[in-house]
Amino acid sequence: MLNTLKPAALMLLLLTVLTGVVYPLLVTGLAQVLFPEQANGSLLKNPDGTAAGSELIGQAFSEPKYFWSRPSATSPYAYNAGASSGSNLGPTNPALADAVSARVAALRAADPGNTQPVPVDLVTASASGLDPHISPAAAEYQAPRVARERGLSVEQVRDLVAAFTEQRQWQIFGEPRVNVLKLNLALDVLK
Amino acid sequence: MTMPGFLQIILYLSVLLLLVKPLGAYMARVYQNEDVVLNRWGAALEHGCYRLCGVKPDHEMHWTEYAMAAMWLNFLGFLAVYALQRWQDVLPLNPQGLAAVSADSSFNTAVSFVTNTNWQGYGGESTMSYLTQMLGLSVQNFLSAASGMAVLVALIRGFNRRNTATIGNFWVDTLRSALYILLPLSLLLALVLVGQGVVQNFKPYQTVNLLQAASYDAPKLDADGKPVLAADGKPVTEATPLQQQTLALGPAASQIAIKQLGTNGGGFFNANSAHPYENPTPLANFLEMLAILLIPAALCYTFGVMIGDVRQGWVMLAAMTLVFVALVFCAAPAEQAGNPLLTPLGVDQAASAAQAGGNMEGKEVRFGVISSVLWSVATTAASNGSVNAMHDSFTPIGGMIPMWLMQLGEVIYGGVGSGLYGMIIYALIAVFLAGLMIGRTPEYLGKKVESFEVKMSAIVILVPPMMVLAGTAAALMVDVGKASIFNPGAHGFSEVLYAFSSAGNNNGSAFGGLSANTPFYNIALGLAMWFSRFWLMIPVLAIAGSFAAKKTTPFGPGTLATHTPLFVALLVGTVLLVGALTFVPALALGPVAEHLQMIAPR
Repeated sequence: MLNTLKPAALMLLLLTVLTGVVYPLLVTGLAQVLFPEQANGSLLKNPDGTAAGSELIGQAFSEPKYFWSRPSATSPYAYNAGASSGSNLGPTNPALADAVSARVAALRAADPGNTQPVPVDLVTASASGLDPHISPAAAEYQAPRVARERGLSVEQVRDLVAAFTEQRQWQIFGEPRVNVLKLNLALDVLK
Repeated sequence: MTMPGFLQIILYLSVLLLLVKPLGAYMARVYQNEDVVLNRWGAALEHGCYRLCGVKPDHEMHWTEYAMAAMWLNFLGFLAVYALQRWQDVLPLNPQGLAAVSADSSFNTAVSFVTNTNWQGYGGESTMSYLTQMLGLSVQNFLSAASGMAVLVALIRGFNRRNTATIGNFWVDTLRSALYILLPLSLLLALVLVGQGVVQNFKPYQTVNLLQAASYDAPKLDADGKPVLAADGKPVTEATPLQQQTLALGPAASQIAIKQLGTNGGGFFNANSAHPYENPTPLANFLEMLAILLIPAALCYTFGVMIGDVRQGWVMLAAMTLVFVALVFCAAPAEQAGNPLLTPLGVDQAASAAQAGGNMEGKEVRFGVISSVLWSVATTAASNGSVNAMHDSFTPIGGMIPMWLMQLGEVIYGGVGSGLYGMIIYALIAVFLAGLMIGRTPEYLGKKVESFEVKMSAIVILVPPMMVLAGTAAALMVDVGKASIFNPGAHGFSEVLYAFSSAGNNNGSAFGGLSANTPFYNIALGLAMWFSRFWLMIPVLAIAGSFAAKKTTPFGPGTLATHTPLFVALLVGTVLLVGALTFVPALALGPVAEHLQMIAPR
């Protein structure tokens, strides 16, 4: 029974060095050489060189002049990138329907003329709480509001949305989407 | 279901099945000690390891010695992961200064990673130091996977050998699995994932300025740093300005590659594969999802090659694939249909060119409904347990399918090694049932299946359901069990049933609303994970030893052919029957009841 103990201990030690030290260091080394931007968080840069956020991590927006991101269930505040989390609300939990109602009401209050149904991703919390994207439908829903608030024509805003709409990767993978932070940064440059 | 969604499912299955033969053949060569490209370079390293560890690679082990070696390696691994968590506050590579993990949570996590379950009661980025992640959790991702593959190879040897007392050498099988299969595939996948945006660094968390400053209600603290309570006992909050965002970073890609390839599933971050730094793009998602089923599927071919009849391997793969495809097409329409309770609130859930639509609560826009459903089915068919969407927020049917796949015993592809050895046990049960019907001694792959093997198989089939059902019942009878439930009604019951189904079958995914980081759940689920892993592994090795000692019976006119479509049907029937008979009553109380509530006219 004990004759396997010594090889077990040595094997654990050895494989710890191999898979727990050599392997991650090798990946880190190669990653930092081959893909330094991505390996360090895909940061967006301001004109002055400081980080403006990450291309992959969403931010919260509540001012009408910005496109709003999806609701986020992270705590203690939305889009806390130090503690990712979904809401975990079940489909029949009354709290889910209440939250969705409140979000629909908030969107309508910011854009009183708009009575269209709200695209579902704009009123439901994402899985990570950090979703950087909204659907093209959710961007189109907000375009008239943003245009009005900024004194731009709806066409100008739609063109910008189109420029920031990513199609399915390689035409097949995933879903079409709009990166909200990149779109809002571009809006601020425009006007 | 949308056309692009349908095409993604077809593409996924096609690529997976196309890779089965090349990878399966490669792994067979590795285990049969034949010449492969990598061992020309790796032989020196491999034999150096044996010398350092005092292992004689040609020493043949009796099944009890083989099992003892596996138990020691896993038990010492458990101690190491436990110790790393308890002392991480004084160990290096902890740039965020994270505190030591509590004793019960450390116990749960150590068991979880050693048993290839990767159930997580903690949030990665706010709990584990970089050192604990790479030296503790990553290492067990490799070792638990390699242990499972080794046990499968030992079982295959049991069929191949006759009149002998031994089934191979555990150290050789484990080291070869890690060195020639898991490490090279992980290295490749990790680098591709970094290219897509998965982070890999040792930096402290990055702070950035928000484009739009905001404020939030933070608990008000008194001079001692304690929360101020109002007269009604609730904490007082005050508006606090928020101008910055802290981005959690770390050596994630190296861990995520093996997390998927080794059917481990433990996330580097709390949101697991839904986190944009773990799974940044649809392509990354496709590759990670492929990695979940890649090795378990390919091992079917390895099995066929090693026993000298590839048809037997294709039968296993066909049975698994049939169940998998059927369940994907049950779950996908349920999620795509969306939540009928939201439509009257003025919400548009219909799929169109501009949105994926469907039930988007707890899902990411870049994946939409289909990539989330396909992932949920793959991750629970395999005992992976990583999630790219929150299963707790799925529709009742969409959430029931993953739960039932776990309850089937993780044999639809299943964990690396453990999935196929589980399926082989089901094949023994199937030939036993068929033998009872026609009144002959059952045989499988030239070995008579007798009372000892049937008893051991019964243990393998019965231990997980016992853990699941007894555990769920116990949790619902005590207040500490019920206090952790988050969602009300039937869904709350589903949360507890899901937790024990996950732990009792070594999956690791969760209905995340359940507050599982409590002493009760940490200990109860920890025990369920431990028994379900090793009380299956040991009987399987006992069967391997028993078969190896038997003579081989030639295929005769009374032998049930196990390479035919009829046997595929028999095998699928056995798996589904056992799974249905055991769990339908419990599922009726949870997801089925909730589905009826959801669609009821109001």
